[in-house]
Amino acid sequence: MNALTFKDFATDQEVRWCPGCGDYAILKSVHKALAEGGSVPEKTVFVSGIGCSSRLPYYVNTYGFHTIHGRAPAFATGVKLANPELEVWVVTGDGDGLSIGGNHLLHTLRRNIDLNILLFNNEIYGLTKGQYSPTSRPGTHSPTSPAGSVEAPLAPGQFAIGAGATFFARCVDIDQKTMPSLFNEAKNHKGSSFVEILQNCIVYNKDVFDDVAAKKTAADTQIHVRHGEPLLYGADNDKGLRLNTRTLSLECVTIGEDDVTLDDIQVHDETNPTLALLLANLHLPTAMGVILRTERVAFDESYWSIRTHERRQRVEQLLRTGNMLDRRPK
Amino acid sequence: MEQQLGGKISHVIRFAGDSGDGIQLQGQQFTVASAMSGHDLSTLPDFPAEIRAPAGTRYGVSAFQIQFGGDRITTPGDAPDVLIAFNPAALVVNLGNLKAESLILVDANAFTTQRLKRADLLSNPLEDGTLDSYQVVPIEISNLTVEAVKPLGLGTKDAGRCKNFWALGLILWMFDQPREPTRDWINQKFAGNAQIRDANLVALDAGHAYGENTEVAQILHQAHTPQAPLESVEYRTITGAENLALGLVAAGELADTELMFCSYPITPASSLLHHLVGLEEAGVATFQAEDEIAAVCAAIGASYAGKLGITSSSGPGVALKMEALGLAVATELPLVLVNSQRAGPSTGMPTKTEQSDLYQAVYGRNGDTPLPVVAARSPADCFDAAIEAVRIALRHMTPVILLTDGYIANASELWPIPDFSSYPAIKTQKPTAETEQAVFERQPDTMARLWAAPGDARFIHRVGGIEKDVDTGNISYDAANHQAMTDVRSQKVASVADFIAPQTIDQGVTGGVAVVAWGSTYGTLYKAVKDALAQGEQVAHIHLRHINPLPANLGELLAGFETIIVPELNTGQLATLLRDKLNVQVEQFNKVTGQPLNVAEVRTFISKFASRGKTLKPQEQVPAGAGRRLI
Repeated sequence: MNALTFKDFATDQEVRWCPGCGDYAILKSVHKALAEGGSVPEKTVFVSGIGCSSRLPYYVNTYGFHTIHGRAPAFATGVKLANPELEVWVVTGDGDGLSIGGNHLLHTLRRNIDLNILLFNNEIYGLTKGQYSPTSRPGTHSPTSPAGSVEAPLAPGQFAIGAGATFFARCVDIDQKTMPSLFNEAKNHKGSSFVEILQNCIVYNKDVFDDVAAKKTAADTQIHVRHGEPLLYGADNDKGLRLNTRTLSLECVTIGEDDVTLDDIQVHDETNPTLALLLANLHLPTAMGVILRTERVAFDESYWSIRTHERRQRVEQLLRTGNMLDRRPK
Repeated sequence: MEQQLGGKISHVIRFAGDSGDGIQLQGQQFTVASAMSGHDLSTLPDFPAEIRAPAGTRYGVSAFQIQFGGDRITTPGDAPDVLIAFNPAALVVNLGNLKAESLILVDANAFTTQRLKRADLLSNPLEDGTLDSYQVVPIEISNLTVEAVKPLGLGTKDAGRCKNFWALGLILWMFDQPREPTRDWINQKFAGNAQIRDANLVALDAGHAYGENTEVAQILHQAHTPQAPLESVEYRTITGAENLALGLVAAGELADTELMFCSYPITPASSLLHHLVGLEEAGVATFQAEDEIAAVCAAIGASYAGKLGITSSSGPGVALKMEALGLAVATELPLVLVNSQRAGPSTGMPTKTEQSDLYQAVYGRNGDTPLPVVAARSPADCFDAAIEAVRIALRHMTPVILLTDGYIANASELWPIPDFSSYPAIKTQKPTAETEQAVFERQPDTMARLWAAPGDARFIHRVGGIEKDVDTGNISYDAANHQAMTDVRSQKVASVADFIAPQTIDQGVTGGVAVVAWGSTYGTLYKAVKDALAQGEQVAHIHLRHINPLPANLGELLAGFETIIVPELNTGQLATLLRDKLNVQVEQFNKVTGQPLNVAEVRTFISKFASRGKTLKPQEQVPAGAGRRLI
């Protein structure tokens, strides 16, 4: 069979997101990732919850299950446990995954079941018309917070790392060059892979990520991390992150200023959850790429290592295992 | 005493003590001994929700009641013939249930000032005349136990803990039942601790010897109970939870389908999960989810992936699962939800039984979301009930709710081992190499769609909770299509009635009173109707397996009666359903005390309506699969 192209992963269904929605770019990257990563349509399942992002499975030509609000990780867990051969993706949003479904996401990451979780974070409730979400920044004006939200937001990366995630990556919806390969990094990780995608809701939270994502300033506001390489960024790649061992924080420095040299720059170690947490919580620059990747046996693997699909006991044998009273004629 | 116990064909015994006294164990061991003696039996474990409630308190009393004997036994008995009370609280909370002539054995050592106070007693009931109408036998059970096990060198506390076996030994002697099953159990259970093992064995024998050799034998004569007229088959004692687990596994084998049991612990449903964990080599994989919602969702996910998802809970947990059940209805996926009902609302009384989730099962979802509901009637019946639930789910591609309750789950009875080879295979909707049916093309008789799981390139498709096109399964907001899909969902559930056996009369005669019921009231109603028939009353017992849809002939069957009585452990939920679906007038008998119905109270109610026929002769009709227990 010829290799599939991204077009083979599109469905005949009309895509129903708002014109200009960041989801289109993510969908296209999903199609590309599946083609480039050699995913097999009939062995791939996309599971989603409720919300704009969760419509995605209808537009991917694999098996798909659009479920109920917040519960996609639980359905996906059932799918993966029932058939560990399947490649299972979860598509969710900040409301679906971190508000109503926070519990399931937490336990999925804790168990480390082999799912690829894409969380579209637009810091707003889109499908219900623009209420603030658990990732909305303080002061967000919305129909349910007209004076500005006064709640502290949840940081998806910190949540994931705190839950014991073994893989955390981040990207921006407009970054179509790196998204497909990042999705395949997530796919190739054995265990729960959690990818936060900063997604622009052009209707209810337009350009909320401009401080990070605007193309003009992106070089100075994003840091693309690579395992084993110094944490450098900036248009001239002369800015970097230095670990302040006194405050236990990452500070932004410029090579050549204040006697800072390349040797002062922290080298990225994706296997270090402590460093990952520091990187995940940086705002400017915001860390992109694979921030955490550690190895821990996947739940579906450990689950089946102590079980068997084989029916070794027949009911006929089990019927007589209790306290028997035989009244048959002797 | 001899007259009292010796002349009876069956006996009701109630063991009662602190929840840490090993009362349930004592009851279970007596149950096994009774079965080994060839008695029919029925048990009622009755314990508090607290694991180790403060000792000596009234609310901490744990009890175990058993009726056993040489007759057909279908209830644990209305009132104990013998109460064994390990402390003052266990005595006083059970006094209300006793008959005037009941025999009470108490641990005399437990009636100290301090422990009387713990039981909120101002005076000692052994001395203040409270027990004047009963025959009371105070025995220093605690001291005798400690004395008996003294040579083994246990501390006083450990020694005292053997008292349940000491008392069991005495009771086994009283009813002339074997100690071997208990000895075997002790040897196995305490194989790793010789001292405790030997102490319990010594206590068991000492209690037995106390009956045989001491002056108490002048008061407590041995009762010799005849064997029950059982059929010439093999029996085993089994609890409802055990048999449900076995039935689910059996259904998986009949359907040649692996089961995925996803559950979250809740009383009294957890025991089903425990039993299935022990059956994992028989085609079931269990998953303890993070909550009730995740449990049902994972089960549905498993069903989507080609295994049969099963989930289980009790009322509060089932409430949490309802949204997901709606999705299973919308996506037309097979699923079985077992509800071990308990007293509600909210947390209610977790260890006490009730039948109050029928509305929830039949009506409790948003939207027009019908699904089949079936009910188990007894521990022995759980095997067939589970198979029926699975059969419907797979035949029609629908979630099914199987209702049982805390009483059925925990109670045990004799179960005639069925001839499993006679059970027909369960057909699934899985595609074969030749299948040309589209995923959402439905079978005309069952309305079942194809069960196409991921892995098959021919059937790649998406499902979801958004209304779907009746033919293609794609999203559709079309007005006429929603009407068509709603009709399909309704017809699908209605079509179940085309595949179930016509409702039969369990026993009795037509024309007079029909006692129509469901679930765990079966045993009590069997006995009440049997007694009424023996008195010449014109009455019949009709017990429903299928709650939704009702059997197609039920309306016609009920038209043959003057009065319809519906006894239930709720405020009238089946009664409402019958009025709703069949437009019949029914008389309700309702009780919600957390306890099973009594034979006597139902008997009285029946008599209010039943006329005495002159020439009617009671005929027993034994339904297939359920009543084939005794001759």
